[in-house]
Amino acid sequence: MMENQQTTHIIQRDTPVIIIKNLYKSFDDLAVLKGVNLTVYKGENVVVLGKSGSGKSVLIKIIIGLLKPDSGEVMVLGQEVDKLNEKELNALRLRIGFSFQSSALYDSMNIRQNLEFPLTMNIKNISKGDIEKAVVEVLDAVGLENKMYEMPADLSGGQRKRIGIARTLILRPEIMLYDEPTAGLDPITCFEINKLIKRVQKQFNTSSIIITHDLTCAKETGDRIAMFVDGKFTRVGDFKEVFDTTDEQVKGFYDYNFIK
Amino acid sequence: MFNIASNKYLITKRLDTFFLSVNKAYLFVIQFFKQVFIPPFYIKEVINQCYEIGLKALPLITLTGFIIGIVFTKQSRPALLEFGAASWLPSLMGIAIIKALGPLVTALICAGKVGSGIGAELGSMRVTEQIDAMEVSAINPFKYLVVSRVMATMITIPVLSFYCIMVGLLGSYVNVRAEEATSFLTFFKNAFSTLQFLDLFTSVVKTIVFGFTIGIVGSYKGFYATQGTRGVGKAANQAVVMAMFLVFLEEVIIVQISNWIRYY
Repeated sequence: MMENQQTTHIIQRDTPVIIIKNLYKSFDDLAVLKGVNLTVYKGENVVVLGKSGSGKSVLIKIIIGLLKPDSGEVMVLGQEVDKLNEKELNALRLRIGFSFQSSALYDSMNIRQNLEFPLTMNIKNISKGDIEKAVVEVLDAVGLENKMYEMPADLSGGQRKRIGIARTLILRPEIMLYDEPTAGLDPITCFEINKLIKRVQKQFNTSSIIITHDLTCAKETGDRIAMFVDGKFTRVGDFKEVFDTTDEQVKGFYDYNFIK
Repeated sequence: MFNIASNKYLITKRLDTFFLSVNKAYLFVIQFFKQVFIPPFYIKEVINQCYEIGLKALPLITLTGFIIGIVFTKQSRPALLEFGAASWLPSLMGIAIIKALGPLVTALICAGKVGSGIGAELGSMRVTEQIDAMEVSAINPFKYLVVSRVMATMITIPVLSFYCIMVGLLGSYVNVRAEEATSFLTFFKNAFSTLQFLDLFTSVVKTIVFGFTIGIVGSYKGFYATQGTRGVGKAANQAVVMAMFLVFLEEVIIVQISNWIRYY
């Protein structure tokens, strides 16, 4: 069913969906973002590659308004995130999907309730039929139709990640933010998640930022790679462009991942 | 030479942290009163929480209330007999259980059972990013999680207190009945005979305040839990300790205010 629905995605270079300018963020004395600049275009998957703990997740948490920047500008779908009031921010958040590193499924709810929750809380008077249709569609999209009534604790790490992605897709976001989608998973499950990310891009026509330190994931899912080193992007381009360098920090990252 | 610019604390690190946490708690309480009157109202979630809280605490309250009724009656009887005032036993039990023991025992049990539960649940939701997940889905986690739980404790704890009072008086009656032929009706009539409206009103207010305290302390500790699983345990533990301390403090203050009202 999924394969039939796939379309070829087109990156619209004249339509930026996320523009980040001169972004700075510190926690106490620790400067995490030191002048970050990045533009993500419509239909594009941008992979943010960097070491664990370097501040990559902080970047996407600022994009969705979970954290406030110290200075700089973040424009998402034409709106400056930092300047929005609560109502406007919530309206914007409905257009952005956020897949957490830990999946963040609600423990007390089964899979169906997890998926229904954002829908019923945000869309007043939604019919049972529409909920059913949306739930079945996103479960089908992530290939877990048979897990509808299971509890999150009964799922494997990979399945939890997929359900986490399904929960964000149910609100039909225009932008997807993935926080370490393959962290802690075996290579086969990583491969499946990478495929799913590409499929989501095509089927739901999303633009994405994928935070990872996994080079295979970056290579398979990214249209562009942004190398995050020491609080800013040092190199941005396609996979070959980024790693065609003598910069030791970038090369070292490549060598380590592929065990040269 | 002492360089003021290099001293990043206003007073000392410990005092700064203390005042900051007092301010954070104050803002949390204010936030509750702001959110509680603004729609949407998650009535279904409040009912769910009432059911959870009531059901969790009911067996323990039944047992404790009944035993307190028996033990208190047993221990008071010899002293009253000495003065030939055994017939005052139902009234004494009425005053003790309705005015003090019932609400206090219920609050302490709920602080342990419910307060820690709320602290641990919200704490684990915080450290596993479930609260953030709500926020990014445009759902107000404060309203959905905190307001509903605090409302539930404010509703449930007065009901449980009333239940505890009834079970306590029943325990007391069982003991009185074992010693002398007092009818059920006479016992209860005497138990309530010395109580005034102010006493009952104070008890009800007290249980609502206790309910609010247990709910808000548990929610606060859980909502701001940090440091992974260790933080969850810490949140649950601190929720119990802080709620119990505040319940005792409020008991003293409310009794004092009630006495002022009575005498002036």
